[in-house]
Amino acid sequence: MLLIHCPYCEEDRPELEFRGAGEAHIARPTNMADLTDEEFEKFFFIRDNEKGLVFERWRHMHGCGRFFNAARHSVSDKFIMTYKAGEPKPTITQAQIDAVKPPAKGTPANEPVWTVDANTGEKGEAK
Amino acid sequence: MSFSVNTGANRIAGKGRLSPAKTVTFTFDGRRLNAMEGDTLASALLANGIHLAGRSYKYHRPRGILGSGPEEPNALMNIARDKARRQPNVRATCQEVFDGMEAHSQNTYPSLTFDVGAINDVLSPFYGAGFYYKTFMWPKAAWKKIYEPIVREAAGLGKSPDEADPDRYANRFAHCDLLVVGGGAAGIAAALAAAKSGKRIILADENPELGGWLRAETSATVDGIPAAEWAAAKQAELAAMENVTVLTRTTAFGYYSHNMVSMAERVTDHMSKPDADLPRERLWQVRANKVILATGAIERHLVFADNDRPGIMLASAARLYLNHYGVAVGRNVGVYTACDSAYEAAFDLADAGVKVVAIVDPRTDVAEALLASANERNIKVLTGHAVTGTKGRLRVKSMTVEPVNGSAKESLEIDSLLVSGGWTPSVHLFSQSRGKLKFDADSERFIPDIHVEECVSIGSCNGTDEMEAALSEAMASAKDAVGGRAATAPKVAGFGSMSGHLIGSAKGAGPDDHVKAFIDFQNDVCAKDIRLAVREGMHSIEHVKRYTTTGMASDQGKMSNLHALAIAANALGKEIPEVGLTTFRSPYTPVTFGTIVNHAKGDLFDVTRRTAIHGWAEENGAVFEDVGNWKRAWYFPKAGEDMAAAVARECRQVRESAGIFDASTLGKIEVVGPDAVKFMEMMYTNPWAKLPVGMCRYGIMCREDGFIYDDGVVGRLAEDRFHVTTTTGGAPRVLNMMEDYLQTEFPDWKVWLTSTSEQWAVIAVQGPKAREIIEPLIDGIDLSPEAMPHMAIREGRICGVPTRLMRVSFTGEAGFEINVPADYGRAVWEAVWERGAPMGMVPYGTETMHVLRAEKGFIIVGQDTDGTVTPYDAGLGWAVGKKKSDFVGIRGLTRPDIVAEGRRQLIGLKTKDPKVVLEEGAQIVADPNQPIPMKMLGFVTSSYWSSNLDRSIAMALVEGGFDRKGQTLYVPMENETIAVEVCDTAFFDAKGDRLNG
Repeated sequence: MLLIHCPYCEEDRPELEFRGAGEAHIARPTNMADLTDEEFEKFFFIRDNEKGLVFERWRHMHGCGRFFNAARHSVSDKFIMTYKAGEPKPTITQAQIDAVKPPAKGTPANEPVWTVDANTGEKGEAK
Repeated sequence: MSFSVNTGANRIAGKGRLSPAKTVTFTFDGRRLNAMEGDTLASALLANGIHLAGRSYKYHRPRGILGSGPEEPNALMNIARDKARRQPNVRATCQEVFDGMEAHSQNTYPSLTFDVGAINDVLSPFYGAGFYYKTFMWPKAAWKKIYEPIVREAAGLGKSPDEADPDRYANRFAHCDLLVVGGGAAGIAAALAAAKSGKRIILADENPELGGWLRAETSATVDGIPAAEWAAAKQAELAAMENVTVLTRTTAFGYYSHNMVSMAERVTDHMSKPDADLPRERLWQVRANKVILATGAIERHLVFADNDRPGIMLASAARLYLNHYGVAVGRNVGVYTACDSAYEAAFDLADAGVKVVAIVDPRTDVAEALLASANERNIKVLTGHAVTGTKGRLRVKSMTVEPVNGSAKESLEIDSLLVSGGWTPSVHLFSQSRGKLKFDADSERFIPDIHVEECVSIGSCNGTDEMEAALSEAMASAKDAVGGRAATAPKVAGFGSMSGHLIGSAKGAGPDDHVKAFIDFQNDVCAKDIRLAVREGMHSIEHVKRYTTTGMASDQGKMSNLHALAIAANALGKEIPEVGLTTFRSPYTPVTFGTIVNHAKGDLFDVTRRTAIHGWAEENGAVFEDVGNWKRAWYFPKAGEDMAAAVARECRQVRESAGIFDASTLGKIEVVGPDAVKFMEMMYTNPWAKLPVGMCRYGIMCREDGFIYDDGVVGRLAEDRFHVTTTTGGAPRVLNMMEDYLQTEFPDWKVWLTSTSEQWAVIAVQGPKAREIIEPLIDGIDLSPEAMPHMAIREGRICGVPTRLMRVSFTGEAGFEINVPADYGRAVWEAVWERGAPMGMVPYGTETMHVLRAEKGFIIVGQDTDGTVTPYDAGLGWAVGKKKSDFVGIRGLTRPDIVAEGRRQLIGLKTKDPKVVLEEGAQIVADPNQPIPMKMLGFVTSSYWSSNLDRSIAMALVEGGFDRKGQTLYVPMENETIAVEVCDTAFFDAKGDRLNG
């Protein structure tokens, strides 16, 4: 169960309190009636559904009731950040994505994250 | 030393940590036996000389107790406390005995020692891997009627209880800085080191006491005291600390996103007479900042011919039974091991007076110290040898030994055989956390590599076998979890080695294709089955697993997975990492449904919503139906009436005089603010700007795709205030959609949305006498048709209570919906009832409401629409504001598919035979004589008997329906074809004269 930071409550709360609301930053066109079929298709039906970095909407349904946005990694399920509705789409750096991405499949002989010196019990840096 | 109670001939005086003074009595297959308090069922049976614990799943081979913990694949029992409390498939190695416990072996007929199903063992050449897939293919129809019932009857472990579970189960959410899973040496040390920080720590272990494998030690010491005593002392120390919660008998079974760990605590399963206030089990859902996994390792068996006879068991188990439970598993014991640790078991048994016939070890480089220790005890060690067969039907009697590189066979008599193929790190939880494993080629095992969650693995689950190194890891992990300085690890001495291993087939287990060398005991999978699967084209371990079912039993292959993988890799000529490892899934060990469901059963299964008028309906004989979470009065039968009769009477009486109906469940949303009109214009298809204050309008809400989402009557109470009603089931999603648009698309608009569904009780009074009935009760509202026409809304008082009175009708009759504060709902209802009853008013339920609205052709969203129906399709195009420049759905309604010909449209149907009532959902065709599959034009959405019209009526969605008025269509049913005529949906008072009466 995910732990989600509500940017309005400013608290980490369990996923039970939230409801997902689809892809973020899809503004409803102000000239809706005049859209071409292609424009409407793009607005209403087509979603990026990226593997990796996604921007998505959540509602703190059983909390403050507010809608907000999140940048999340769709494979590791880890959040990079959450932010209030209406705030501009944040620029996410590669370093931020790397910090939450899952280990690559079939990574050859990955180094351990922790190495421990048997004598001192000290944790060393990963090689 | 003499025991007052005989707890078994195989108790060794002076061994073990249980007290002979505390004994219990239980039964096994009806036989009364004594045990010591603290015994598991397995240790108690072994103490009484019982190895034979059950029959295997497929071949019905006699099986014994193999392990001493959660890995046990054989000794699965039915445990009963009383008639209602019976649980199948309980591992005898984990179930503690209690006074009065009834244990039964499973999968046996007619008895454990004589089993008819054992014929499968003789016929086993026909039961190879993929047997079911190959055999039950033909004829196809026979599967459902013949094969499946037989297979289901013959298969399956145990019998499920046939009474409702009377026990309570609890649920607890917990948060901590550090969760330590596993209370063996490493877990205890880590928890202790971290606990000094004062941070919140939870330590969970599946056994009744901490210590893990320390409990199997005798001479080993930690901090200078015997290892098991150290564990007990540290458990007491931890339990006494305020910031530490020690949970024993608690299995962490699931590791989920963001460090959420689920654990099952068995609270009363070991008690003879549990306190009635205690839950049987408790589900812990722990959110931890950091998790330390100290889940240990599980010993593997060895794969050789007939390795499954009762009396053959893991060496570690035998050692634990001796040193913790004081039980010798045999008197004449053989040992077959490729791992050093089994030597310790042999030595301890020899020291306790048990004859160790021989230690057979396929390795030729066994450590000198071990050989010397064996020699001291006069134990014969056959290095470079293998056990290639065993004999004995219900208990192993002998083993056949031969050199690994040779064929000189020797048979040795034994009554038990301890086996060890080395240790498999318990990486289940780590793997569930999405952590990546790596294959260590030297020790041929998978160990944790990359941690994805905030967790770390320490000790033998991390492949760290040496106790000193494991405790160093514990210190480092504690420091990392809670900060501060690393504590000094406790000093250890006297721990044996865990090195040496053998995975895959041992000598004599192949490449022969009939030798039964078992890999997976619970699912009866042999080495030959894996090889067969590979020969038949299964080249991925995921396919091998599913084809042979290896590792798919309730033990999830805790002992068998590595063996299966090694044999598959060998058959494929590949390295083990290339073949891959199957995914570990929760739960780690079986969890009862009770624990998962816990409080959410019976009345607490789901919320039940009752209206303010519910009690009155109950007292007046209403039959209720569930509508979402609501209980709604369905109909009010009089004595002797069935549903049809009651509904027919209610329907007639509403139209003849009047009816009263509880409409409180309608969703209600107050839309308020300077931009309320603008907002309503956007959310609904209808125009609102010109709706006068004091009037209502039927509104339709679409999604952007133009399909109907909800509907309801909306009243304008003021320029800036709307009383919006929604469908009963639609209230939350309508408010959610409104909030979504308001918050994210129009955040600048000054509108406030408030759910008022439960604030207002709604009493509908409908029928020709409705006005006359309520008029004397109303204050401050002129009810005359001129002052209060159809679709008017007024505020005033009824019976002295504030009301929002709407003149609306869902029946086609003149009528009112009286909104009053819910607390006054019943009182006002009763006042209206007292006045109306003598005037012929009838209480009616949802069924009559449905019939009456259908007579008028009023739709119910979700019944006559299904998410692909536009307002135009439903014949409600008049409700779409043609002059509006925008509303949700405006563009969707002009999509090519929506404006195309041939869409399904809502029309009425009259059966040619007026007595025939169509089935809702029935399909409609133009030509009933066309070949099957027929072209379906549409389907029936609503269908009723109308007593007012003395005929059946129906509505349907039919292709091009509006243009088919007058056409004859057909409804093919199983036994007849029903002819119908397409008509208008308004069956009754099409002009609406009665509404305005």
